[in-house]
Amino acid sequence: MRKSGYLWKRSVFALVTIYVAITLNFVLFRVLPGSAISRISKVPNASPALKHALEVQFGLDKSTWQQYVLYLQQLLHGNMGISYQNMQPVTDNLKSALLATLPMVTIGTVLALVIGIAVGVLSAVRRGTVTDHATTNVAVLFYAFPTQFLGMMMLIFAASFLPSAGMTDPFAIYASWTDEAGDVIRHMILPVLTLVLTLFAENTLIVRSAMLETLGEDYVLTARAKGVPRRKIVRSYALRNAMLPTITLVALSLGGIVTGAILIEVIFSWPGIGRALYQAVLARDYPMLQGGFLIITVVVVVFNFIADLLYFRFDPRITT
Amino acid sequence: MSNTSIDAGELVPEVEVSHGLWVTLRAVLRQPSAIVGLVIVGLFVISAVFAPLLEPYSTTNASCGVFDAPSAAHWFGCDDGGIDVLSLVIIGGRVSMLVGLFATVIAMVLGAGVGLLSGYFGGATDTILMRITDYFLVIPQIVLMIVIAAVWGPSLSHVVIVIGILMWTGTARVIRAQVKSLRERVYIKRVESLGASHTRIIVRHILPQVGPLLVANAVLAITVAIFTETALAFLGLSDPTAITWGTIMEHAFDRAAISAGAWWAVVPAGMAVALFTVGCYLIGRSIEDSLNPRLKVSYLSPRSWAMRPLVGRGPDAL
Repeated sequence: MRKSGYLWKRSVFALVTIYVAITLNFVLFRVLPGSAISRISKVPNASPALKHALEVQFGLDKSTWQQYVLYLQQLLHGNMGISYQNMQPVTDNLKSALLATLPMVTIGTVLALVIGIAVGVLSAVRRGTVTDHATTNVAVLFYAFPTQFLGMMMLIFAASFLPSAGMTDPFAIYASWTDEAGDVIRHMILPVLTLVLTLFAENTLIVRSAMLETLGEDYVLTARAKGVPRRKIVRSYALRNAMLPTITLVALSLGGIVTGAILIEVIFSWPGIGRALYQAVLARDYPMLQGGFLIITVVVVVFNFIADLLYFRFDPRITT
Repeated sequence: MSNTSIDAGELVPEVEVSHGLWVTLRAVLRQPSAIVGLVIVGLFVISAVFAPLLEPYSTTNASCGVFDAPSAAHWFGCDDGGIDVLSLVIIGGRVSMLVGLFATVIAMVLGAGVGLLSGYFGGATDTILMRITDYFLVIPQIVLMIVIAAVWGPSLSHVVIVIGILMWTGTARVIRAQVKSLRERVYIKRVESLGASHTRIIVRHILPQVGPLLVANAVLAITVAIFTETALAFLGLSDPTAITWGTIMEHAFDRAAISAGAWWAVVPAGMAVALFTVGCYLIGRSIEDSLNPRLKVSYLSPRSWAMRPLVGRGPDAL
């Protein structure tokens, strides 16, 4: 009963967040100055009739409320407009971009998580030793490097022996799908490495501080007094409890992962959603910009919701 | 009413130790990491203030060849226009730090305002303000910043405002938690029963207690703002004519520093951001640690572009 209450609350939160994002997406482009036809007055010989025709064509003659309802209706049908850049539906553009982004970001995030947990636990267990200081300082340093800086360093120093742009070799002819997969993986090395370097540091620091906190708990002291082996204390007593704040923080940093992914995709010309957003900015392609914002928000909210479910699974105390 | 002879001062004081500004400052200065951080940040601030005197060459006129490698005359080499990179980084620090400062001021005013109101008044005010904060926390902020900055037009002041109005959420939550616990303390209740107005209680009794926490937050927020500015600049959303650490890196990337192998056009600006971030991080963490070594009030994360309060969800969530 109580458990379903928690799930219900979190689902409602996720849905409302998506709705807020959808509305924000509508309002933002209408509150800020300028509309699709405001520049037309600067065109010589533009008649009021032309202006009006365009207004009707873009639906700008309708009231804001009507426009909003229309927007929601179209969105429900999966219509996010036509991209100004390639005249393709935004939905199609974004679908292929998302398919390129997800594998890269997922692999990078999981790797960063594994490394972060390993290093974080190590430095917490060896608190105050050289190992601890070395790992913590390296982590703080990597944590302070801007993503684009690390990416550019990769480009300058590793581009001679690893592919540095795109997802596949544009001139390659593949004998089989394994060849193609191999090519994609080789192209993925540098972007994923950059993502891991920028993310692992944060995870390390989170896990370390969470571990230090649980290692100081009374039940750990009791376990020690009972003579529980050290390995078991670390793994079953401390780490299990330290996972809770870790899940929360990793979930909350998902928005940040997206950001890192945008910069990385721009640097390595990865044909993903971040690069699509970047190109939309350069071309002032508003439909793509709106669609990209919406898709990224939905993805982040969904992953946040998954983290909520995980949290629920890991922490039996949750009842509200 | 007759037994008001028990003066507030006669009561046994609570175990609460007041964290006045000076007490905190002394505790902070006892930590070696704080000293290191202060030295780093101090050097950056000095170089920003005296930038016109310190820059070895002009940042508007070419003083050497295109992408000249570092030499004795040009320590950090030259960029695509033959402009000395060291001079660019010194001048760029000025604008970058100002961007960080102004965005932080906006964020702190908003965050402290929301945090104080919702922590102090509680009830419906609290619920509404915290719901809004929750949504702001989940929506990927940098993407929203990109959308706003793109629609609004690239300009440094727009970047400052956009960063400021989206960065306050972490501060609001931290301040709210602190105010909530202050609200329960006996001395606040006493002042209240003596008939002090809300304004007086907030200004005279709550703000001074929240002050150090706000300073810690602000120090960390400056780095987040600078970090965000470099990201927005990299995406071409900052003012392209202004020299900041962000635009230096963006120009280097745009103008083929990479295919020229000119790492010196990128490294100084990137290292400047990293060093400044580490410096602020050390200071911010020491302030937080000296405020309360056990309670990790907030958790800075430049990559998440916001400060996250280190608390679980569920029953103990703030």
